[in-house]
Amino acid sequence: MQSIHVETFDDWRDAARRLLASGVSPTDVQWIGGAERSLFDDAPSPTAAGLGGEGTTPSVPKAFLELARYVACHRESGRWSLLYRMLWRLTHGEPHLLQVTTDDDVHQLTLMRKGVSRDIHKMKAFVRFRKLETGGAEEQFIAWHRPDHRIVRLAAPFFARRFSGMHWSILTPDESVTWDQTSLHYGHGVPVSEAPDEDALEDLWKAYYASIFNPARVKVAAMKREMPVRHWPTLPEATLIDDLLRQAPARADAMIQTNEGFAETAAHFMPEHGDLVSLRLAAATCRACSLHQCATQTVFGEGSPLARIVLVGEQPGDREDIEGHPFVGPAGKLLDEALEHAGIDRRDVYITNVVKHFKFRETETPRGKRRLHQKPDSREIYACRPWLEAELAAIGPQVVVCLGATAAQPLFGRDFGITKDRGKVMRTDWCDSTIATWHPAAILRMQDAVRQAQMRTQLVDDLASVK
Amino acid sequence: MDVRDKLTVLADAAKYDASCASSGSKTTRPGSTIGSTEGMGICHSYTPDGRCVSLLKILLTNYCIYDCQYCVNRISSDTPRARFTVDEVVSLTMEFYKRNYIEGLFLSSGIIQTSDYTMEQLISVAKKLRTEQRYGGYIHLKTIPNASQSLIEEAGLWADRLSVNIELPTEGDLYKLAPEKRKPQIEGAMAGIRDKIDETKQEQKAGFKPPRFTPAGQSTQMIVGATDTPDVEVLKTASQLYSLQNLRRVYYSAYSPIPHADARLPGQSPPLVREHRLYQADWLIRFYGFDANEIVAEADQNLSLDIDPKLAWALANRHYFPVDVNKSSREELLRVPGIGARNVKRILNIRRFQSLASGDMKKLRVAWNRAKFFVLTADHNPALLNLDKLDLRSKAKPKTKQLLLFDAASSALSGEV
Ligand code: SF4
Repeated sequence: MQSIHVETFDDWRDAARRLLASGVSPTDVQWIGGAERSLFDDAPSPTAAGLGGEGTTPSVPKAFLELARYVACHRESGRWSLLYRMLWRLTHGEPHLLQVTTDDDVHQLTLMRKGVSRDIHKMKAFVRFRKLETGGAEEQFIAWHRPDHRIVRLAAPFFARRFSGMHWSILTPDESVTWDQTSLHYGHGVPVSEAPDEDALEDLWKAYYASIFNPARVKVAAMKREMPVRHWPTLPEATLIDDLLRQAPARADAMIQTNEGFAETAAHFMPEHGDLVSLRLAAATCRACSLHQCATQTVFGEGSPLARIVLVGEQPGDREDIEGHPFVGPAGKLLDEALEHAGIDRRDVYITNVVKHFKFRETETPRGKRRLHQKPDSREIYACRPWLEAELAAIGPQVVVCLGATAAQPLFGRDFGITKDRGKVMRTDWCDSTIATWHPAAILRMQDAVRQAQMRTQLVDDLASVK
Repeated sequence: MDVRDKLTVLADAAKYDASCASSGSKTTRPGSTIGSTEGMGICHSYTPDGRCVSLLKILLTNYCIYDCQYCVNRISSDTPRARFTVDEVVSLTMEFYKRNYIEGLFLSSGIIQTSDYTMEQLISVAKKLRTEQRYGGYIHLKTIPNASQSLIEEAGLWADRLSVNIELPTEGDLYKLAPEKRKPQIEGAMAGIRDKIDETKQEQKAGFKPPRFTPAGQSTQMIVGATDTPDVEVLKTASQLYSLQNLRRVYYSAYSPIPHADARLPGQSPPLVREHRLYQADWLIRFYGFDANEIVAEADQNLSLDIDPKLAWALANRHYFPVDVNKSSREELLRVPGIGARNVKRILNIRRFQSLASGDMKKLRVAWNRAKFFVLTADHNPALLNLDKLDLRSKAKPKTKQLLLFDAASSALSGEV
């Protein structure tokens, strides 16, 4: 019985080559593999394709060498003798053995290889670099990681490829590796206490992690299987898991309970034919949102069916609600004036609102009841939008002028700001030239006389610009 | 609003999207200094919903001019809104990537102003990452419905993958829940990408070096369970997309309750098992030669929830069995419940040298509890006597509900059966 001491894959390969050449059977060797010294004293040579370089021993499948290279990194002490037995069998009448995955030796080696591969994969996934605040020109990143097996050299090239333009080190209890943007340098193991313990970005990362989690789909077992608990200490986001799980049921419930909007939109009341007459008749019966309940009647758009310009306001006011026509109150007066100044004939345009019913709150005043105008909310605007879309589709105007932010919102989106975007001609899905300007009512409400005059001029200018 | 607040809002808005994989692209972009794509994507973390975090998955903005009912970002919802600048997304991606938190960026957006304007914003993020940051990692851009073909083509130059969401299984579902979206437009966008991919490939074949165009291909996402459209329709749509549009992946996303849900949708927990069954069925279509129509055996045209689709098919087609593991063809073996494609390959290899008995099958880790009723092995396999018994279904199905969910989690995204 021979005793052979090996530390690395290369040691083993040299010894195995000798033993095989002298016909030493696996039962006559005892392999002693110290696990305490550094596994690799020099880098594995990637070109070695066969054991029998000098023709002294038969060559073995390349796949076996690759398998052996992985298994060599496993911590299991029986790995060397298992590898030699395998080599022996491959070269003694069982050249296809590796294909027979049901064979006990093959099976065991495959499992060991799997363990190593999985560990490499976990290292690629769970290394977390922390940036050193060195103040130097070059950014420095350091990670501490605890792999199960001795895989640093197998995993390091991946990091070199991926982070080639960065200075980084990965420290593990057995070995460390540093990349200087040119080559990899290996060194001794390092305890966790010597690694940096924070990074300014971890707070952002945790915010992301917490937000991307969907509390309506909790599957803890799946998470733990893929992200083993023993790696959690080096993953900053893992500290959030308990809290996220505790809050999940309540958050999911809240998600289910907060319904909003209406069961229907104006789309449900659309007539078969999309001409303005049919639309107007159908809109008179619209019940899509609750605004129809208190308002007197639907106030639909009016004007030329061939209009080149469509003006869109917010919603009918008190007078409009009673009379049933858009822009007939004080704001309508001001609009008429502005149109005239801009040289536009009101009979040539089409005027409508994004919301077709008056929304108000009733208050008691010493002189009786008053109906106070209220801004429609986004749900009412979108319940009503199909009417506006149908009107635009029927007319096909060249220009759409939105009066005020509320009118602009359904066409431009909610990040539209009337102050910053007023007067700009933009393309929207509804019309190539869409523009927004002041709502006449906003001008009337303006206390500052100078500002009011300025807004008036701007309204006229904006209208004139699309004439 | 600072970047952290924006991140909270805009990652939250993206969490309903099922697509996560960053695989399929194995190219080194010339000149890149940070980032690589190496074929198989890496999951860098897992959240308690069992899903992986591999990409920085965010929206550029969750403002939207559209009003799709299943979507939390529809314009009529009261959800909090935010908008990233292009530079903010670029810097977040780079900083996260350098710390090895992520595998790449998955950027999508609500529609603001116009489709083209929004698409341009997405493109400028990808372009900046590639040209200014010399970033070589993975980028997946969600194209914006109705964006023009020239913009989609530009996006494909910078991105590894493009996706156009089919959104819902049928035209009727779209009409009901996403009135602004139209199937022909969606499929037109996909066809545009497919054509460009084909063109690039042909030029490569002819020996030219065309600019790279979405090396990881295109994918799509479909929301399931928001309407009562049965699985068979879902799968038919998917197979069509695979064959006509050459998609790499169809992602199924069980309709999940969203906060600020539109009152027109029912509040409910997502049918996770159904989603999982769809992934399994999808897998059978792509890799096992099954047809959408034959997989769905139930009278209501839905997949069975208590057993996987391969087992369901086997139970409905018992005349096909037993299959002899030592003699039958690859195609036949692929149809045995519990034996996956990888094990079929192993079986074919091994039996060149020795014959397989039931013990060997267990060693291969086939799901013997299911497979044993359908295969002949070299030794006596007593389970085979059940093949024609009426109670086979109850014998073959997983014993507990727990097991079912565990099972569901394990292959939730691959769907391999
Ligand atoms: S406001 Fe519009 S949607 Fe609401 S009931 Fe009136 S017409 Fe219909």
